[in-house]
Amino acid sequence: MHGSHGDLDLSIENVAKIEGHTNLDIVVRGGQVMDVKLKISENKRFYTQAIRGKPFASMPQLVSRICGTCSIAHLTCCIEAVENALHFDPSPQTTLLRRLALAGLMIRDHALHLYFFSLPDVLGIDSVLELADSNPALVKTAFEVKAAGNALSTLVSGRAIHGTIQMVGGFANVPTREQSAAVLAKLKAVRPAVLDLIKVYAEWPETFLSESNYVALVTQNYDFLEGEIMDSRGVCVPEKHFWNHLNRVIIPYSNATGFQFEGQPYKVGALARMNLNRGKLHRDTRASASDSLKLFPSKNVFHNNLAQAIEVLHCLDSAVEILESTDFRKEPVPRLAPRAGEGIGVIEAPRGILYYLLELDKAGNVVWGNLVIPSAQNQINMERDIGDFLPKLLGQPKEEIAYALEKLIRAYDPCMSCATHFLKVNWL
Amino acid sequence: MVFVAAPKKLRVGIFSFTGDEGCVITLLEALNYKFFEWKDKIDIVYARTLRSKNDASNLDLAFVEGAISAPAEEAKLREIRANSKVVVAIGTCAINGLPSAQRNNFPDGLKKEIQPLVQKLGQFERMKAPTEVVKVDEQVPGCPMLETGFVQVVEKYIAQMEVG
Repeated sequence: MHGSHGDLDLSIENVAKIEGHTNLDIVVRGGQVMDVKLKISENKRFYTQAIRGKPFASMPQLVSRICGTCSIAHLTCCIEAVENALHFDPSPQTTLLRRLALAGLMIRDHALHLYFFSLPDVLGIDSVLELADSNPALVKTAFEVKAAGNALSTLVSGRAIHGTIQMVGGFANVPTREQSAAVLAKLKAVRPAVLDLIKVYAEWPETFLSESNYVALVTQNYDFLEGEIMDSRGVCVPEKHFWNHLNRVIIPYSNATGFQFEGQPYKVGALARMNLNRGKLHRDTRASASDSLKLFPSKNVFHNNLAQAIEVLHCLDSAVEILESTDFRKEPVPRLAPRAGEGIGVIEAPRGILYYLLELDKAGNVVWGNLVIPSAQNQINMERDIGDFLPKLLGQPKEEIAYALEKLIRAYDPCMSCATHFLKVNWL
Repeated sequence: MVFVAAPKKLRVGIFSFTGDEGCVITLLEALNYKFFEWKDKIDIVYARTLRSKNDASNLDLAFVEGAISAPAEEAKLREIRANSKVVVAIGTCAINGLPSAQRNNFPDGLKKEIQPLVQKLGQFERMKAPTEVVKVDEQVPGCPMLETGFVQVVEKYIAQMEVG
């Protein structure tokens, strides 16, 4: 700390262990927080413009490139929007395969965040890789859980990143019994490790209570695919009307647009889903994680990690049930006739609600699109939480304050590639 | 007392420019099964996705993903080149700019539309591939990069180190 007592100028540059690039600037005067600016600094790639004029069938592979880590979410949501625009209903088997694709994504993406980004904060170390010699079992487990999710994604989508099998209308290929059996073995093998992971995050004492409005797509089987959008206050909005309840907020110092729901900041993601929809978790998950589930609904921002860990278990249990009970048959992918019109897709991506609106012309080319990304939706709420958390930290050394704020940001698991990429705190 | 020299390890850096970080995610997927095999042979000293304390000096292998969209990125890439024995372009963005540099190919109307934002954000008029900016020693193609191609490059330099 420098300047007079109670003054602080803090600027964190390029926050580590998140997806993408973000900076944070803070000004405190006389013990009062004067300014907090979360500056998403990811360079723009102009996907909103790039999709215009492109044929609908090429859309999924193009938008997949918006985000390396959650590409399957972009693929799936875009396909849903295109199919709605073309008035096409996917087959029940296609819907099951999409559930599996999202389960594989959630396991791999959450495992990366929980073991590699956030676990160092729990253990008070810089990187999990430091434990290669002192705790090789933990490092091995971290890679194995991530690999199990990867195996499921590869089985269903062709590969974990920019999967090639998922198309508008259906899947170009389906898992065989033998292939499913190999993945089932991997999923079952990591279940005990996931129970340990849940325990670690349930026992982590880190706490910051935030009065946030949680918003999530509440689904029947907690399957991230179909349902209604609900918030903590009981507001219920059909998927296709979501946009009408949003305000787009230009944040001059950020490369990503912010959003308000019903005129207020809000929070999307695993904690929102767990707060609003935990009753629909897989029965085996509810049985095995019953103690941790008692902690919800939770206002503790750090419980986003615990919610993610429980979701990993839920996705394992759901995927095991689907794979064990289904004989997949190859279905021809229909060639859909182009028609003019709008289609909306809404799903739960790992970090929260993902919304796609695509308008097609009569030749089936995209006229324009409107994409609402989870980390952009959380931006205003995250900035407000940082401002509210900060007074509790004042008086500590600057480095400690910066570290505490980075932990809070990491708990949100932001993705700045999506929102435009991660965090840079600038010490002004 | 016998003194044994510390085993030599390749100093590895992983750098992300403008893109979706899919290649770094792919790299982390390769570590699922290669980490323990490589742990005494490579030292990942720079990787913002894995650690806060990073050191980009004196690298043996620098992996670079993404396209170059602004002067700060170009300067950083030149610095990486100066500090690294071998620079590896991973993924198509690093090799030919695409898909991140797609705006270079926009029709005139769209180019005009994004112009105010490009200027406001201080991005280059035309995005560049890292291969246009610095000499690159190895390329791993694919979007995302081919995992097997990445493994081959790492193992090639591990083998060279062990011989040399």
